[in-house]
Order: sequence, then C-alpha cells, then structure tokens
Amino acid sequence: MDFLTTLQVLDSSLRQATPLLIACLAGLFSERAGIFDIGLEGKMLAAAFLSAAIAAVTGSVWLGLLAGIGASLLFSAIHGLASITFRGNQLISGVALNFLAAGITVVIAQAWFAEGGRTPQLMAGGRFEPIVLPGALTTSAEIAEAGPLMQLYSELISGHGLPVYAALLFVPLTWWVLFRTRFGLRLRAVGEAPEAVDTAGISVIGLRFAAVGICGVLCGIAGAYLATGLQAGFTKDMTAGRGYIALAALIFAKWRPWYALMACLLFGFLQAVAIRFQNIDLGVIEVPVQVMDALPYILTVIILAGFVGRAIPPRAGGQPYVKER
Amino acid sequence: MSQTPAIELKGISKAFGPVQANKDISIRVMPGTIHGIIGENGAGKSTLMSILYGFYKADKGEIWINGKKTEIPDSQAAISAGIGMVFQHFKLVQNFTVLENVVLGAEDSGLLRPSLTRARSELKKLAEEYELSVDPDAVIDDIGVGMQQRVEILKALYRGADILILDEPTGVLTPAEADHLFRILEGLKREGKTIILITHKLREIMDITDTVSVMRRGEMTATVKTADTSPPELAELMVGRKVLLRVEKTPARPKEKIIEVRDLNITDDKGVHRLKGVSFDIHAGEILGIAGVAGNGQSELLEVLGGYEKATGSIKIRGEAIDLTGGKSDGASRRARGISHVPEDRQREGLIMDYSAWENIAFGYHHDEAYRSGPFMNNAAIRADCEGKMQRFDVRPPDPNLTAKSFSGGNQQKIVLAREIEHNPDLLLVGQPTRGVDIGAIEFIHQEIVALRDKGKAILLVSVELDEILGLADRIAVMFDGRIMGERLPDQTDEKELGLLMAGMTTAPGGTPQEA
Repeated sequence: MDFLTTLQVLDSSLRQATPLLIACLAGLFSERAGIFDIGLEGKMLAAAFLSAAIAAVTGSVWLGLLAGIGASLLFSAIHGLASITFRGNQLISGVALNFLAAGITVVIAQAWFAEGGRTPQLMAGGRFEPIVLPGALTTSAEIAEAGPLMQLYSELISGHGLPVYAALLFVPLTWWVLFRTRFGLRLRAVGEAPEAVDTAGISVIGLRFAAVGICGVLCGIAGAYLATGLQAGFTKDMTAGRGYIALAALIFAKWRPWYALMACLLFGFLQAVAIRFQNIDLGVIEVPVQVMDALPYILTVIILAGFVGRAIPPRAGGQPYVKER
Repeated sequence: MSQTPAIELKGISKAFGPVQANKDISIRVMPGTIHGIIGENGAGKSTLMSILYGFYKADKGEIWINGKKTEIPDSQAAISAGIGMVFQHFKLVQNFTVLENVVLGAEDSGLLRPSLTRARSELKKLAEEYELSVDPDAVIDDIGVGMQQRVEILKALYRGADILILDEPTGVLTPAEADHLFRILEGLKREGKTIILITHKLREIMDITDTVSVMRRGEMTATVKTADTSPPELAELMVGRKVLLRVEKTPARPKEKIIEVRDLNITDDKGVHRLKGVSFDIHAGEILGIAGVAGNGQSELLEVLGGYEKATGSIKIRGEAIDLTGGKSDGASRRARGISHVPEDRQREGLIMDYSAWENIAFGYHHDEAYRSGPFMNNAAIRADCEGKMQRFDVRPPDPNLTAKSFSGGNQQKIVLAREIEHNPDLLLVGQPTRGVDIGAIEFIHQEIVALRDKGKAILLVSVELDEILGLADRIAVMFDGRIMGERLPDQTDEKELGLLMAGMTTAPGGTPQEA
C-alpha cells in the first residue's frame, strides 16, 4: 500500500469517525450525568431524516442542520421526561425511541416525498461542502504529483466538511467543560452521587435535563452530518448501528473525551478499510467483503464483552434519583 | 433565658400519608451550645432535621433562626440561613477529591480554578482552627470514614454554617475517631457555633451535650439540661417505660467445643485479601463476641460460616470438618449441621420483605416434616407455628399474614430470631442483632441470646456496637483488616483497649499502644 493510498484511507477514516465521535461525546455528556442513553441511534436517525428533508426542500444545509438538531432534541426531551421526570427505566425508554425513529422516519419520508422512504438526492447547497484550506491542492492529479508533506496536507487535513473540523474541536471543548468549569464539576457529580448535589442545594433534575439536552444537540449534528455530509440524502436505517458503536466507543474510552477520540478513530478506520478494500487477498485465503464490513461490529462485541479491562461507569448511572427519607 | 435562640421551632407537624412523623414540635436551641436530640428509630428525629434543612416542607409550624422567622423551602435556603448538615450516610462524590467535594455547589464562578484555589487556603485555615486536617487532594474513595466525616464538616463550615446538625455521627467511627470528633465539636462550640447532635446513644448525650431533647413517636417528650438527668431517666423518656440498660447474666459455664475455626482466608474477585488467617473456638454455653468497625472482615466471616462464601482453611463442627469450597456447602447443609444464622442485613438476607411473616418463618426450613403434607407445603401448619413463635417472641402485631416490610425493624429482627432460635441450633451466628432496633426490643433480643447460651448453645455474636459486645460476650475477639487482633475477656478489658485494637494497634502488656 503506497503512501497516497494510506492517506486516502486515513482521510476516509476521519470522515467515517466524525458521526461516531460526535455521538460518542453526546453519550458522554448524558452518561456522565447519570442518564444512560441507548437511544443515540434513534436520535441520529431522526436528525438525519429531518435535516435531509428540510435541506432538500429549502436547499439550505444550515436550515437542515437546525431541523436535525430540533428532531434530536425532541427525542431527548421524551427520554428526559420518561427517565428523569417520571423515573422510568432508561434502557427501555432508549430502545423505544430507537424503534420509533426507525419506523417514523421511513413513514414520513414516504408520505412526504413518495420516493420509497428516501429523501431526494441533495444538490450543492443542501450539503456540507468540503472546506479547502489555504494553499491546499484540490484535484487528484495535482495531489498525485505533489510531495509527501503537501499530499498529507491536501489529502488528509484539508477538504472536509465543517462538521469534521467541529467534531475534532468538540473533544478539547468537552474536556474543558467537564474538568475546568463549574457546570462540568456539577455534571460529573450528579452522575456519581446525585444526593451530594441535592444536599448542596443544586437541582438534580435541572442538571440532568441540561446534560440530556446537550446530548440531543450533539446527536442532531451527528445525524445531520450523516445525511448531508457523508451521504447526499436520507435512506432507511442509514445510521446502521453507528449509535451503538458510539456507545461501545464510549465504554472503550471509559467515559473520557480524549480516549473517545482515539476509540472513534479506530472504529472509523475499520469502516474506511471495509469501504476501500472490498476483498483482501492474503495470498493463502481471500478475506471476503462481508468479514471486513462486520469488523467494526465484531470489535464492538469484543469491547462490550469487557475484554478491554474494567470500565467503571458513573456510579449513579441508570438510576432515577429519589430523595431518601 | 433572655438570649435569642439560634434556632426556634414552633409547632412543627409533618405527616407522611397516615403516619404522623412529627406532631406539634417546639424546641429552642441556644447559640454556642451542643443540643442533643435523642429518640428511637422512627421517633421522628431525622424528619425534623430534614425539615430544618429544607428536604421536606412542614405541614404546619414556623422556623425562627436567630430571632427571625425564616422560610426554608430547599437546601439552598438552609445553607444561606447558616445551617449545615452532616448526614448519617455521607453525601460525598466518591471519585472526587476532598477539594472538589468541598467546592461543589459553593463555587465562586463559572470557572473552577479560582474557586479551588480559594477553597485550598480556606481549608488550611479551618484545619488549623478546629483540628480538622485533611489532605485536600486525596480522593474520597481512598480515605477512611472518619476522614470522610471531617470532609462533611468542612463542607458545612466552608459554606459559612453557624449551626451544624450531625445525624448519628458516631455510627461508623471507632471509639478513638469518635473522641476526635467530639474534640472537634467542642472546638466549634468554643468558637460560638451551635451544634445539634442527633443520636440514639445515651452515652454520647451524657458526654458532650449541654441540653437534650427526647423524642418519642413523633412527639417531643422532654427537654432537659444534660447535667440534671441520667441515662436511665432518658431511656425511660425514650421508650415510655422503665428499661434495663444492662444485660443481666450469670458467668458462662462453657462445656465441650462446638466449633473449631483454623486459618480462614478469603481473597475476593478483585484480589483483595478479606480474611487473613482467622482462627478461634467456641464452646457450648458461651458467647464469643467479634468487635470491630464495619468492613473489617466480619461480614465475610459470617458468610463463610453461614455457607455462602468460599474460603480456604478449616472449620470443624464437633470435630467433623465441613466443606468450604462452595461446592457442597450452602445454607441448607449448614443448618443440617446445627448452625443457624441471623444475618447482619435482615432486610436483604434475613427476610423477603414482600412475603408474609408465615412464609418468612418457613424459609430455609420449608422441607421440614412439620411444614409439609406430602409434596405440598402445609400452609395451615406453618401459619399456626408462626403464630406461636410470634407470641413467644413478642412480635407486634402477632399476625402471620402481614408482610415482613410492614413490621418495625425490631419486630422484623424478632421474626428472624424466632425462626433461627426455635430450630434449636448447636451454634447460632448473629450479625448486628440490634442494628436499627429500638431500646425496648434490644432488651428483649439480648435476653433471648443469653437464654440460648444458658441452654448450652454456642453463639458467635458480631456487632459494631462495643457496648453490646461488652454486655453480652463471654470472650471478645477484635477484628481489624481481616484478621483477629486479639482476644480479651470482658472483665479484663475496657473500651479504650478494644478501641485501639479496632484501629489496628496492638496493645502490649501495660497498655502502651504499638502500630501493628
């Protein structure tokens, strides 16, 4: 594999990792506050659909993004209402929202556009266009001719949609918010010991809703990028388990932002490899494409089975807060 | 007194559904004093303090702080009124540092760093002033309970509390830690702080308070100067009748050896060594008391003896070894060998809370001939048997059809005791027999345990209450960090020596403590 091919795979890894990373950070906010969110998948799917639909109708990717965030926030609100206000089971609420998203997106898409449950192909303006950094080359012919540093700059670093750069920026931002601000201290506390937060005179419910709200916004961005950046429109079940992979990455990362970046890049890399190399010939045997496609999911299972050492979730995670007598 | 009270409660009432937790309670707490509130479990002490701290809203009544009528709708309001509370179960974030815990909720601004810097210097000042030194960068998980309690006190002081409420503060402390706590409280009092101490331990009230209020069944029955009262008088006010505070028993007459325990070791899943070479004997007709602060291996010891934890080493019952590998050992096989077990946590291990008393009475013994008719359970026989046991053990109300959770703590414990004692075991294991049990029931339970001993049975008593161990046991073994630090006879030792052993110090002859 030559240098340029490697760069191309890494370039694709970055793009594949972006929705995972944003969703993973979304989950991080929610779970650090003690609200397990298995509904990342559903929120992303709802956001992907509505952002693609609105972008298709208005021709504006920004309106699409806003609509996507709105859809995801609505789902977050339901999850918050069920699991914070009414103290329901967080897993059941999340699973229900996933089913709801899977069904309702296709139904509305069909009723609206009558294209077999899809949205129309998005034209320029309805998608996140690649941002060409200053001095970067754009055509593949030029890149092929350039030196390695220029290749690295033009192929890997330049030429991504805005959400890719935003996602990378979200990592230090998340770290800073969690560990350097008052809000972050309280957020982490409410996921570990809500009773300590309550007796300190801070609203447990308010904090948890804030966390779930941030989770909604981030999932909205992740879903919108999926439909208006990575792809050019919404298709049925287009999240393809990315919400669950993001959860696996979150556990892998032990609920820490920088580790989340590493975990998501690894998953993104596996997805990129699967897309780039359909059948890998190892000389003795040929690895079929299905194996490559399955790799991220296999890794997910391995991680969830706890092969990566002990991952200790936030102590109050999954438990509704009830004042004790 | 013409002085303005720091706190004055006027006619506070609070009901939870049909239960009247506080009935028309009025109390005046003078500034710069330590005011004790004593009462049995469920007497309404904690409810009253929760109202003062804004956790509950009173149905009726007024709160006056420093002569001003004050509304306390939430904890934030209590904090700004200068009230700090140290709960029985600490409200700390376990994986945060001391500093982060102190700052939480009292941050100066949106950014953490300035708050942390200020808190660090503030803590240093408080530490010097009140003997409250803690390492600000230690993580709560890594420090002992005594230290954690200091963090709770520091939290309150950092928020500028002038009135400090402590709810059962010594429950988790060694005697030495408790003494240190009392020194801290004396220091706070000297600085003019007002302290409310909630407890059910008469001795603490007598030792440290200036004034004491007694609560019984939601009512304030008396407020007296501590100097003018005595433990028996307070006990009577708490229970409503005369109570025996001392267990009356004759010297033990030990007979043949019932159980021989040698070199028990347990290493748990995380690789922590929970029991380290524990050995002891118990003879028929004697009570071996195991003293120690909770979490030093006593629970594991009971679990091995009771048959639901694996261990290495040997246990012989009447000279015959029993299986410790967990393969063929369980509660049933232990009962078959004459071991009965009253577990430490009666609500989790001793009873099924949603099942009726008669079902609970049969548990573990449900295969007995008397409880069966053919392959079926003989429910009528079990009910009748249960009713008899409830009468004998004075369970109130003596209704076999009530669920376990509808009984009070003391009556739940009597049900478990009735089940285990009435099956006439050779060896009775009892863990924390009177935890969460009111004084009246404690008296009864202690008498039953002594009566069983006098019938020639062997008894292993595990308790974190030193008074209970000193009062009941014929020999005392002290556990610390999974090992037995030493055995003493109750009339040849005292709380001070046992306290040192409980803290892991060995006492050389002559009583000078040494680090173990």
